[in-house]
Amino acid sequence: MKTAVIIFPGSNCDHDIYYAFKKVLGAQTDFIWHKESNLSSYDLVVLPGGFSYGDYLRSGAIARFSPVMKEVVKHAEKGGYVVGICNGFQILTESHLLPGALHKNVHRKFVCRDVYLRVENNRSVFTGLCREREVLSIPIAHGDGNYYCDEDTLRELEENAQILFRYSNEKGETDRRFNPNGSVANIAGVINKSGNVLGMMPHPERRVESLLKHDDGLKILKSLVNGISGN
Amino acid sequence: MKANIIIRLKKNILDPQGKAVHHALSDMQFGDVEEVRIGRFVEMVFNHNNREQAEEETRKICDKLLANPIMEVYDYTIED
Repeated sequence: MKTAVIIFPGSNCDHDIYYAFKKVLGAQTDFIWHKESNLSSYDLVVLPGGFSYGDYLRSGAIARFSPVMKEVVKHAEKGGYVVGICNGFQILTESHLLPGALHKNVHRKFVCRDVYLRVENNRSVFTGLCREREVLSIPIAHGDGNYYCDEDTLRELEENAQILFRYSNEKGETDRRFNPNGSVANIAGVINKSGNVLGMMPHPERRVESLLKHDDGLKILKSLVNGISGN
Repeated sequence: MKANIIIRLKKNILDPQGKAVHHALSDMQFGDVEEVRIGRFVEMVFNHNNREQAEEETRKICDKLLANPIMEVYDYTIED
């Protein structure tokens, strides 16, 4: 399995996700500068967190037009796997690879802390190692993580089991009190209809070793490696 | 030609920036301000005087980059 980690000007979680795939999971992983235009040899493309182009205009809006994004769209349309974390999620919605949009947190604060996520669908390639409705503890760090979509889109997301993670408490209760940013329906991560593109605000790459409190993030990344390698 | 573009959040989208400014205005005793909504203003200068072309390109640029149609709307005027 070969993973490409795309670097945009302003990405800052690129090394963390590289470390997780390469050192912790032993997957062949390369950094790809956003000006490059060939991803054909990769199984998985990761858009890491950060502040691409300084979040000018809207988070992710300018990165969407980086040369490499044409290839990312092509890769996704061919069924290749794509994961966008935090700013990567924002870029994926701006590119229309995922529905909805991410705007300013409802309380106007940048939030950087551990949150609980309930796994809503464990039949995806991204969550194959999670139990049904398992609760994971993974950190968030964002100012624009407030997921928005209209009611029709929300209905569609629910009907197609595209909501992969919702913010919850440690018992897996998902009411508004456990929503850190105002997201519609406590949405923390969604997949596209075909199930090969994931966007999520929490950072699984920051929880990949038990030395750092716990390794819940590894479940997601390992699911993906196993799913792609056919294990 | 010059395009003056205003991008606004759709009515049903909460505007945390506007809310923060509204709080400040209340603290400043401007109690009669009922609501504040904050958008973006973009000036775009073209290197030609073709109004039709400027208008068409402005629309395309807004749809593709300057505004996100999921949560924003835009208006523009074109001037010489």
